[in-house]
Amino acid sequence: MEFTLKSLIFYGFALLTVTSGIVVVTVRNIVHAAFSLMVTLFGVAGLYVFLQADFLAATQVIVYVGGILVLILFGVMMTSDRLEMRIHIERGQLLLGGTIALALLMLLLTIIAKTPQWKNIVDEGEQLQPTTERIGNLILNGQFLLPFEVVSVLLLVALIGAALISRKEVRD
Amino acid sequence: MSLQNYLVISAILFTLGIFAVLTRRNAISILMGIELILNSCNLNFAAFSRFVTPPENIDGQIIAIFGIVLAAAEAAVFLAIILAIYREFGSIRPNEVDTLKG
Repeated sequence: MEFTLKSLIFYGFALLTVTSGIVVVTVRNIVHAAFSLMVTLFGVAGLYVFLQADFLAATQVIVYVGGILVLILFGVMMTSDRLEMRIHIERGQLLLGGTIALALLMLLLTIIAKTPQWKNIVDEGEQLQPTTERIGNLILNGQFLLPFEVVSVLLLVALIGAALISRKEVRD
Repeated sequence: MSLQNYLVISAILFTLGIFAVLTRRNAISILMGIELILNSCNLNFAAFSRFVTPPENIDGQIIAIFGIVLAAAEAAVFLAIILAIYREFGSIRPNEVDTLKG
């Protein structure tokens, strides 16, 4: 394997994603976990760029980092007083959860290593066209028009539902 | 940068998310774990779209975009429920919300 600049940057993004993901699930302070989650999401966006999915990378940054993360921090602010910032973890649960997670990781890695169809598929490095126009065509006058409409109705339902659930109940 | 690189990263993210969901005792931390799981799944869609299907086919990326939309909707409803629970119980530890427990 030759170490070009491109592969070096790729492994840098991979390392960034994995280490900040580990920080998200191990750190005790929930605000630190939220900011570490931001680094993880940026790392995944970088990996999308390496997969030549430019529109997906931009969407990831806008929706996750700009939207969901702000929502999470807002939730932390609304529900935690200063003493509740630290996450309580029980020892037995940590042991059991760690065992299950480790077993799952071993299973997945075995499957990835043993599947013959997935071996030796490497990036030939050919440049693809920007994807935004093709995605727009496929969604708005292609085969994905119906899923697009369904998902937009679902988003509207979730929006109204969230507003209804979280408002204070008015009793008459 | 082979397909297996991406699959290993995604498997690690998925496992970390499962670990967070299983061990954390704070509803917002569980939400973070779920976001990690959804991210790993979207990364798999994009990776298979790049490496397995022919290059002009980008269906996997579009599925990943739909996945991001679903994650946004899920996070909004999740946080609304957390706020309602906090008002009702004064805490967001999942094990203290046990009204339905027999």
